[in-house]
Amino acid sequence: MSETARGLITVFVVLFVLMSVAAGLIWLERRLLALWQDRYGPNRVGPFGVLQVLADMIKVLSKEDWVPPFADKGVFIIAPTIIMMTTLLSFAIVPFAPGMRVVDLNIGVLFFLAMVALTAYSVALSGWASNSKYSLLGGLRALAQMISYEVFMGLSMMGVVMLAGSFDLSKIVEAQRKIWFVIPQFLGFISFFIASIAEAHRLPFDLPESESELVAGFHVEYSGMKFGMFFVGEYIAITLVSALMTTMFLGGWLGPVLPPLAWFIIKTFALICVFILLRAALPRPRYDQLTELAWKVMLPVTLLNLMATGGILLAWR
Amino acid sequence: MEYLFYISGAAAVISTFMVIIQTKAVHALLYLIVSLLSVALVFFSFGAPFVAALEVIIYAGAIMVLFVFVIMMLNLGPEAAEEEKKLISARMWIGPSILAAILLAVLIYTLTRTGTIANPLIVGPKEVGMALYGPYLIGVELASILLLAGMVGAYHLGRGRRYGGPGEGE
Repeated sequence: MSETARGLITVFVVLFVLMSVAAGLIWLERRLLALWQDRYGPNRVGPFGVLQVLADMIKVLSKEDWVPPFADKGVFIIAPTIIMMTTLLSFAIVPFAPGMRVVDLNIGVLFFLAMVALTAYSVALSGWASNSKYSLLGGLRALAQMISYEVFMGLSMMGVVMLAGSFDLSKIVEAQRKIWFVIPQFLGFISFFIASIAEAHRLPFDLPESESELVAGFHVEYSGMKFGMFFVGEYIAITLVSALMTTMFLGGWLGPVLPPLAWFIIKTFALICVFILLRAALPRPRYDQLTELAWKVMLPVTLLNLMATGGILLAWR
Repeated sequence: MEYLFYISGAAAVISTFMVIIQTKAVHALLYLIVSLLSVALVFFSFGAPFVAALEVIIYAGAIMVLFVFVIMMLNLGPEAAEEEKKLISARMWIGPSILAAILLAVLIYTLTRTGTIANPLIVGPKEVGMALYGPYLIGVELASILLLAGMVGAYHLGRGRRYGGPGEGE
């Protein structure tokens, strides 16, 4: 019984921490972007503007929750919940520290890939259900982008799986005691990084919602808390891919002196800041350039990486 | 794990039925996705987590996404739903119902003859890989040749005109 209770407590702690982290990230991103662009950013509500998030939340929650009459009502309501569910469910397999995880799945990596694959529906269905031209174009772009980048996202993780000999994420962390996988699997790391930007449709790969052409893309028609779900879902997705990169390539909780959980948090936050820096630094590519990068550069590179890893492993053992 | 099997099995049957009677293509696809997810859970409850994960990644996550993509590109209006409604009439059900009833009878007959699996083995990724690259190697190779042919064909069809070539009037 205590096992169940412990599991439930972990679930709620993870949920609570994640939601607060995602909300905090909105503030962090705005402050950091302002710093890099030589402005102030939110600085009025509370010390350093920390309470800006709270103010925004109150605003979003008190807004009218509107479903356009021309929309497909059922699908319109389901779509934003999918992104929240899949990204939050993916956290079930992330090992935060030894023994600190929600479930022990021996197919951890595959579970993550399955959840990422399902995330595509959220964007696509919201684009379709809104019944507006901008949304539909955004949804179509999102689908094409996510399918293209999913292919080599899975492949880029397989090098790590080969080296660790397991799909289980805690075993992958344990296998990095000697050397972090970012060194032998540098190509895998880079391609996973690029794929995860595209999967979270963050800038520079935010073509599904590019403001300059599509207004806001797939969520043009959304308002109130439904828009909030897309918004927060994106930040949870960034946290998720950063946590996964930490686990798979940067040695997870491993590190000297500090407790394991602290190392995990430090590494994850460093990666999140890199994501925000990318948003501040890079322009958006054209749509055909985006797809070409996936199929003509990244896919062959990951395949080569996989072949080389397999060959070296075979020669060594 | 038995109750998990019955719940997901029931979900699979109901959602598959809903796929047939939906008139809007996207709604039908959504039910089909639910159906595939519940089949994945059926696999999971049988002790095949690897197959369950692949079912979600490949069928629900990749193939159905392509279906949704095509349906969205076509962007069928309300006329299409009207057309579909005309197709679903009482007379349409007679033939399929008879065939399905025969299949159901066979299924029940077989199920009553064989005993239930008392303790299903959990088949991990390693066992699946050993089986695929051991006794079933030929099957894997044949499937990969087929996929390669399909991929080369798709690349050829998707090749832009600007590269020129015979018969393209460059």
